[in-house]
This record gives sequence, structure tokens and C-alpha cells, in this order.
Amino acid sequence: MGLLNLFNKSSPSLLRLPAGSFTVDRSGALLAGTLPSSFPSELAREIARNILTSFREAAAAHLPLSELVIHYPSLKISARELRGGAVIFLTPKTSDSPLN
Amino acid sequence: MDDDPDVLETYRDLIAQLPSKPEVDTATSGSRAMVMLEDRAYRLLICDLKMPKMDGLQVLSIVRRKYPQIRTVAFTAVQDEQFRTRAYALGIDQFWYKPTNEQEIKLFQECLESLLGQEVETGFRGVQSKSLVDIIQLECMSQSSSLLRITNGALTGKIWILDGEVVDAETGDLRGEPAFQKIFSWHAGTFETLPAEPSRPRTIFKPYNGLLLECAQVLDESRSRAEQAPAKVDDSPLAALSQIEGIEFLLARNGDSKHQVNRGLENPKRIGAWSRQCLENFRALGERLQVGQLEQIEGTGPQRQVTLARHGKMEFCVGWKNSLPVEEIRELSKKVFALWDS
Repeated sequence: MGLLNLFNKSSPSLLRLPAGSFTVDRSGALLAGTLPSSFPSELAREIARNILTSFREAAAAHLPLSELVIHYPSLKISARELRGGAVIFLTPKTSDSPLN
Repeated sequence: MDDDPDVLETYRDLIAQLPSKPEVDTATSGSRAMVMLEDRAYRLLICDLKMPKMDGLQVLSIVRRKYPQIRTVAFTAVQDEQFRTRAYALGIDQFWYKPTNEQEIKLFQECLESLLGQEVETGFRGVQSKSLVDIIQLECMSQSSSLLRITNGALTGKIWILDGEVVDAETGDLRGEPAFQKIFSWHAGTFETLPAEPSRPRTIFKPYNGLLLECAQVLDESRSRAEQAPAKVDDSPLAALSQIEGIEFLLARNGDSKHQVNRGLENPKRIGAWSRQCLENFRALGERLQVGQLEQIEGTGPQRQVTLARHGKMEFCVGWKNSLPVEEIRELSKKVFALWDS
């Protein structure tokens, strides 16, 4: 077995942005989702943290929001407020995807 | 740059065969490439995407920011449209799947030669970051004849240059010197050079340097008036913008001077702090995810909709009536930015 391992070259991975959704509670803990396991949960939590903070601080500034859409050139993040938590959709954009 | 030394050697040979005979250095990791870029000025970086530790997207993101003058080519065997989009979003020049046959290798070589040649043949890169004065001076001093079309958001202007002199200008309903002054006052935009129109009737008779000087003086005077009466002038652009149908409130903040103006807001401090924080958080998130620069944030609430965006040095937070469709808000947002620029 050790001999065979000599020919194994570890293959570096490139993080692919998944299309999918996940739900977080008000503390930012992941409840459920359709994201592949290859997508780091730490990144999902970081996205959720930013979304929840934005919803919370908007409400504190008397500008309550129920939905947020964040546009990047190659990714759209949509989030819907859900009793203090949120359901978050990730939609990678490619040259052949529709504009919105 | 590639983590596979065999691939590096193969491509080093291919690139060395180019007619311009470029000198080629190689690196097997992102960190090594960074050290090399610090040490020496390079013209072109060809970067594999799938790399251990620091992947190609990370390297390209840093290189585009730190060394904007270097031309960049992403190069990968991963056949995935998403990586192409993300790489272009970082501002690379070309994206290539690793060639698999002789014809593709030839095309790849031709494109590299063209990229290397562009710098020599067409002068400096990033001329779009020059001011309009620089561009007009370049055209006039070289005694050129051309038509410059300048676009600033939804606004478009044209400047006709004949044998090194500005002969006419046009934007909206304005023509001649007033049109030239209006275009001159735009802070940013894009331009393209179109073929000259020698038959264009001349409406501007001043020499180009006198014209530029006069416009600069008019702008200086209006700026100094603005400094003397900041409150009055700060309100005027917002007053014009808030006439756009559907706008409930508007807040604009200069990222450099931190100066903030608003219209229609009862609690501008809190909304301002929220929008700033949102823009900064999602800017940083975009960098972390390597998905390009944040374009826009849209929010929908029970009372109103809101758009947050950075446009040049300015940060905007615009509140819209809830009845407006999202597509219309996107179009109107572009109008807000264009009007602000003008």
C-alpha cells in the first residue's frame, strides 16, 4: 500500500461557489441547507453573520427590512428575514446566466 | 505560475518561442510569485487557478490590486464557467482553458503575443484613469483629428477635434462652448475615440489651451463659491435628485472627506451609520469570497425599499417608494449616480 501511495499526488482544490440555500437562526447557527459539504461552513456562517447584522441594524435605525439582495459581478446573495433568523440563497452568476 | 513543474517547463518553452522572445520566470506557488513580483517589474502574469494554499483567484486578486499595470491571464484545466466569470470579475485580461491540441496552443501563443505587444504598440494602459484634460491635450498636441465620445452614466457628450483644435462639442441640448464646459465638469466616465468628422461645422474658435484654461477657471470659481457657502450648495444636487419620481429619501457621503448630505431623512446619523457599515461589511465579504467588487445592495421592507451603492468616492443610500418595481429602481439608481456626477 505504501508503494502505491508514492504515486498519489495530493490535488489542490479550488473553492467553487455553490448555488443553494441555507437557513440560520437568530444567533447565526446553521439549521438546514442545500449547500454541498465541500463549501466551508465557516464561510456560510460569515455570510449569515453579515446578513443578520444588516437586518438587525436596519431595524434599529427605524428602517425595518424583510429582504436583502447583494449583487457582486459573479454572485448574488438574497436573504429573507425569518423571525430573527434568515433564509439565504446563493446564486453564482456566469456569462450565460440571466441578469437578475 | 503553476504548481506542476512539468507544466511550467512546457509552457516556458512555448512562451519563449513567441516572436517577441520574452524573458520567462516561473513560480510553483502563489507566495513565491508574490516575492518575485516584489523584486522585479513584470509585464504579464500567467496564473494557474488550481493551486495549493494560495489559489489562483487569490493571487490574481492581490496582483490586480497591487500591480494594476501587469497584464494577467488565468489558466486552468478546470472546465467551469463560474471560475471564468469570477476571474473576469477580478479584472483579468484573459481566461484560458489549458490547450489540448496544437491548434489551441497556437491560438494561446498568438493571444499572449498580442497581450505583450499591446503595451508597446498602443502606449500606456489605464488611460481611462486620466482626466479629460489629459485626453484632450494628448489629442490636440499630436495634431490629431478625431471625435471623442464621453459617457458619464446615462449622459453622453461628444467633442470634435480637427487638426489639433477643438471645433465643436455637444451634450443634451447644449452645443459649442457651453456643451464643452458641461462635459468638462464631469468628474468621471468613459471615453472612446471615433473617426474624425472633418465636415462638422465649427462652433468653437478658441485655441484648445485657452479653452481648457477658461473651463478650469469657471470650475475653480464655482468650487470656491461652493466652499464659501457649503450648506447651500450641498443641498442643491440632492434637491435635483430628489425630484426623481419614487425617491423618498437620499443620503450621500464622500468616502474621503466623510462629508455627508441628506434629504428627506429624520434620523440621518443612524441610517448613515447603518449604510456605511453594510457597504463595508459586504465589500469585505466580496473580497473574502473572491466574487469581484460589491455592485449594489437592495433592501425591501414593509414601508419602503432601499438601495445602497458605492459610486466613485461617494456612498449612496436611497429610499424608494414600495410601489416601484425592482427593475425600475435599478434604472433610476443609475440615473441618480449619473446626475450626481454631472
